[in-house]
Amino acid sequence: MGFMTKKYVSVLVLFDELGNKTPKQIFLEDVCYEINKVLEIKNVASLKVGGIGERFKVRINKTETFLFYEKEVEKWFVELK
Amino acid sequence: MSRFILHSDLNNFYASVECLYNPKIRNKAVAVVGDQEKRHGIVLAKNYIAKKYGVKTGDTIWEAKQKCKEELVLVTANFDRYYYISKLVKKVYREYTNYVESFGIDEAWLDITENVKSFSEAFELAEKIRKRIISQFGLTVSIGVSYNKIFAKLGSDLKKPNATTLITPQNYKELVWKLPVSDLLYVGKATNEKLTKAGITTIGQLAQTPCRILKSMLGKNGETLHTFANGADTTPVKKFDEKEEIKSVGNSTTCPKDLKTNEEVRAVICILSESVARRLREKNLWCSTVCLWVKTDDLKSFEVMHKIDYPTNLASTISSEAYKLFKFDWNKTIRAIGVRVCGLCEKPAQYNFFNNEQTMQKKEKFETVVDGLRGRFGYNILKRGSVCASKELAELNPEHVVHSIHPTSYFKP
Repeated sequence: MGFMTKKYVSVLVLFDELGNKTPKQIFLEDVCYEINKVLEIKNVASLKVGGIGERFKVRINKTETFLFYEKEVEKWFVELK
Repeated sequence: MSRFILHSDLNNFYASVECLYNPKIRNKAVAVVGDQEKRHGIVLAKNYIAKKYGVKTGDTIWEAKQKCKEELVLVTANFDRYYYISKLVKKVYREYTNYVESFGIDEAWLDITENVKSFSEAFELAEKIRKRIISQFGLTVSIGVSYNKIFAKLGSDLKKPNATTLITPQNYKELVWKLPVSDLLYVGKATNEKLTKAGITTIGQLAQTPCRILKSMLGKNGETLHTFANGADTTPVKKFDEKEEIKSVGNSTTCPKDLKTNEEVRAVICILSESVARRLREKNLWCSTVCLWVKTDDLKSFEVMHKIDYPTNLASTISSEAYKLFKFDWNKTIRAIGVRVCGLCEKPAQYNFFNNEQTMQKKEKFETVVDGLRGRFGYNILKRGSVCASKELAELNPEHVVHSIHPTSYFKP
């Protein structure tokens, strides 16, 4: 079984006046991915790559994917195959 | 009215956290160990696979490796992360009740009497919490549900990992009474030996022994254990914001090299005492008993303690009192040392007659200035000359060694 990789990424985030964060763009290997919509935010563990945090279920083009905010290190990561 | 109490225990906490953060080791035998370079290399925790091979907490690394028939993955403990996750987990508990009382880093009692009306509802809530901990933290917990703290704790030990056990006034005899008496809180090695000698080996036998007999055997503790075994303990679960009373403050370290002389021991005691005294002052506490713990190179350890004449929070006094306790014939070398103080109190009303208040205050002021300097510029800004005699010992930083601040025992004062 192949393991997935934890990849920290740069994210452009909008903070509203209450401090809520909405990720807008993800930068991964020189490509900018536009987030169309945040579908769900949940506190969960990433069992695939390890770590805990806020998991943002986002839609990029027509694909749904997960983006994690790991509060312990204050970084964003994605689960890469 | 019955109380509804949960005891939640994070299974193999340190090892589970390591496996969570590193999925590649999840299906291997894993042992979390202390820093090997600093010679703290013993097993602190292990996962179920390592446990299956007989790896135990406290094993040296070579012992653990020998026991393990497959490759044993050794991971150095990351205490900051464990504390961080423990804090988050307890924050989740507090979403359900304010009555959350920690029992170590990985265990807690929750009083949910106000949230539920029956044991079945209590069980359901426990299940909800258990599932939430798995999903949010990727960690499994065992939860005991009962009407007192003692049975709730026994319940969390009954089924592991990842399970909820219900102990009610109706089923406790069937579930608890068959357990060995050593499973009960406060039955340590010595008590267990005494009880076994008297033919009491299960909690049921303990419960059925007349209280006066237990009292004559074990003193006040006998009465307490009788109450525990019969499910009659009424100790409340502390509210989260109630300040946990500190029972003792201690600091210990495995030395960077084995100690061979009294001077070296004195230097290490001095370093540890400074850290202990600083933390006492930080909490505005004084101590009246000093304890010295010593571990020799064959990993055997002993602790000696004595009461001092007047309460103190001075490193110089703690250090000299601890050193007075050190009587050793040097047929072995010393691997680790600890200094602990207890009998803690708030500011004493009067200083000892022979140590006038002014002198003590002067010393305290001096040590507080040292604390301040170290706080601003780091520990190494000031060192005692006695410590600098050995290069390795001079590098020992008590702020990086293991601190232990013990909350009160199970009982409230």
